[in-house]
Amino acid sequence: MKPNMRRGMILWLPLALVLSLFIVFWRGLMQPDDHVIASQMVGKPLPEFAFPAAMPGQPGVAAADFRGGEPRLLNVFASWCLPCIAEVPVLMRMKAMGVDIAGVAIHDTTPALEKFLGQHGNPYSRIGHDSGSRLQIALGSSGVPETFVIDGKGTIVHQHIGVVGERDIAKLLALLGKAR
Amino acid sequence: MRAALAFAAALLLAGPVVAQDHAEISLADPAREQQALDLMDTIRCVVCQGQPVSGSDAPMAGDMRRIIRERIAAGDKPDDIRAWLVSRYGDWVSFKPVVKPATLPLWLLPLAALLGGLWLVMRRLRLRKR
Repeated sequence: MKPNMRRGMILWLPLALVLSLFIVFWRGLMQPDDHVIASQMVGKPLPEFAFPAAMPGQPGVAAADFRGGEPRLLNVFASWCLPCIAEVPVLMRMKAMGVDIAGVAIHDTTPALEKFLGQHGNPYSRIGHDSGSRLQIALGSSGVPETFVIDGKGTIVHQHIGVVGERDIAKLLALLGKAR
Repeated sequence: MRAALAFAAALLLAGPVVAQDHAEISLADPAREQQALDLMDTIRCVVCQGQPVSGSDAPMAGDMRRIIRERIAAGDKPDDIRAWLVSRYGDWVSFKPVVKPATLPLWLLPLAALLGGLWLVMRRLRLRKR
């Protein structure tokens, strides 16, 4: 290469750098910033909480309920959450298989819950009100629905983000079995 | 006159009886409220992910503001509250990146760019002198 040709290429280098940076920034701006936020609480003990009963005739939910030796599911849901409707039949099937599911209702009211569970079915053994998302935030959960697998000692084993579908049953059952 | 005085006295005596919802209502102590606001500005809303919890209308952002104000009011340090949230959601929830091996490029790159630029300018000046 002739020296002046190399010099010419070096002169173009800054422009190329700026252009490639521009492309990176432009792509970053155009893509929606939607991250799935994994909880950092997996592997750690369930935070302390005790919620009053949300449904008449069913107990509330407390952290102590999860230390009884039996692995359980902790389902974070709400009657105002449309995707939550989709997972009720799947949760009902898991309940029929003998899985104990505790429900924590976010920003909810008892009449709204009665209507929701009356319409779609009630897969929960116990339901508590988390009106200020306190447990949800302490769990590192960022939306509804989310389902946590808790082992018999009250340790969080797994976080399932989003609707529990038919194809998630096997995985959750295996995790519950392992958590025994 | 006596009625007006009685009314004024009643006003003075009537403190805030109901517990205030600190999702929206400021703390009474301005210094603590400022601490809370500064923290809220640098905590990311996990629902509207580009926004800090201070500027988000999502109910969950309000829940986070409430927790932050309550903890500040109880005497917790902002850095401890930030660390608590990071222990739940990861570094991602904080707009203030910490220095650790994974974030070193973030801190070193601007420095490297500045040094590189300085070197280029120095070389240019030396060339021109010749």
